[in-house]
Parts: sequence; structure tokens; C-alpha cells
Amino acid sequence: MSLAKPAMRGLLGKRLRFHLPIAFALSLVAAAAFKYGVTEPRKQAYADFYKQYDTTKEFNNMREAGVFESVRPTGK
Amino acid sequence: MLFSFRMLATRALSLVGKRAISTSICVRGGHGVAKVDDYALPAYFDRRENPLPDVQFVTELSAEQRSLKEKEKGSWATLSNEEKIALYRISFKQSFAEMNEGTKEWKSVIAGMFFFIGMTGLVVLWQRKFVYGPVPSTFESEWKEKEVQRMLDMRINPVEGFSAKWDYENKEWKK
Repeated sequence: MSLAKPAMRGLLGKRLRFHLPIAFALSLVAAAAFKYGVTEPRKQAYADFYKQYDTTKEFNNMREAGVFESVRPTGK
Repeated sequence: MLFSFRMLATRALSLVGKRAISTSICVRGGHGVAKVDDYALPAYFDRRENPLPDVQFVTELSAEQRSLKEKEKGSWATLSNEEKIALYRISFKQSFAEMNEGTKEWKSVIAGMFFFIGMTGLVVLWQRKFVYGPVPSTFESEWKEKEVQRMLDMRINPVEGFSAKWDYENKEWKK
């Protein structure tokens, strides 16, 4: 019945030394994943969209559809 | 060893005996003795945050236990493991392992949760049928079709969202 004396001190320090690097690494991974999974594709999508964007053509299409109040569709 | 904390108080108590305490209180100022109810005396309870309760668990010791307590006054090296355990069980009812073990209560809790969620679901269904009036006209198919057409005309979210999924050349949803 002689058990080893359990650790009485340094419990928080031990826990932090173990968990803080892991937490830090996981946070970095999460940030990187979001950046390269979400924000970069989104920026690329917007760039691609506006590269091909013809402002006047889109405006005229919208005007014909009748969504503006300042300009009516051409015609009667 | 933790027995040493409790030796003086508990030995005094066990010598006097539980019943005798109330009669051994001194009479002060001629007012008489207040009867001490059991609940007013120091109590034993197994709690993790109070590891050394005010009294030992076993109050009336058998002859065997009394002789063991006498032996405890000597060198503890002479005590066998069974005797040490017996001394522990005199002072404490449950060990920390026993008092901390979980119960099966969580099953009842989950069952209760599901039951009440189900009841709420039935209540909601009844409400839907008997309490609420019809939904607004803006939910009809005709209206919704016009709504979608107008959103596409306005080019709602043309980059990644709503209108991005519509093929304006062929006038159909993109595959």
C-alpha cells in the first residue's frame, strides 16, 4: 500500500506547457485554413468577375428589366 | 497520517458517548440546559471539498475496534494493511474514489430532455393548426416567381451568391 506521492506543485504550469503550444498551433492552422479556404478564393472570384464586367451592358440590361426609378426602359 | 488531526476531538467524543453530550453541558446563569438536537451537533458527511469531517463515521466502537484504536496509539509500523483499512473505515464512510464515482443519472436527464422536446413539438404542431392564421400572400408561388425574377433583374449578389447561379444568356439556372 505504498503509493508514490502525487505531484503537489506545478500542476498549472505543467498543463500550460502542454496545452499552450497546441492551442497556438491549432489557432494558426485555423487562421491559415480560413485564409486559403475562404478569403483567397473569394478575392479571386471578385477579381475574375470584374475583369469581364461590362458596366454599360449590365446597366442597359437592368434598365430594360425595369428595376430603376431614375431611368425608365427605352421605348414607350 | 491524517488520523492525528482528529484524534483528540473524536476520542473525547467517543469517550463521552453521543447521548451524554447534552447532559454534560454546564448550566450557565441559572437558565437551564438547552436541549441539543441531533442536527445541531457536528455531523459526518462525505464531501470532496471537506475531506476531514468534524466527527468520525463510526460513533460507537465495538470491542475489536476499541482495541484497534488502542493499538493505533503505538507505532504505526506494527499495523497490518487490513488494520489500517479498518481504522480508515472507522473514521470515514466512503473513500474519495467511492464518493466521486458517477451515477447513472445522465440517462434520466437525457430521457427527460427528449420527452419535453417531444411534448413541445406536439404543442407547436397543434398551434400551427389551430392558433395561427394563414401566412402572408407574399408566400404564394406566383408572388415568389415574380420576386425571384426581380432579384435576378437587380443582379442580387452577382459574384458569388444568388445571381451568380443564373445563366443570363440562356435564361436558366446554371448547371
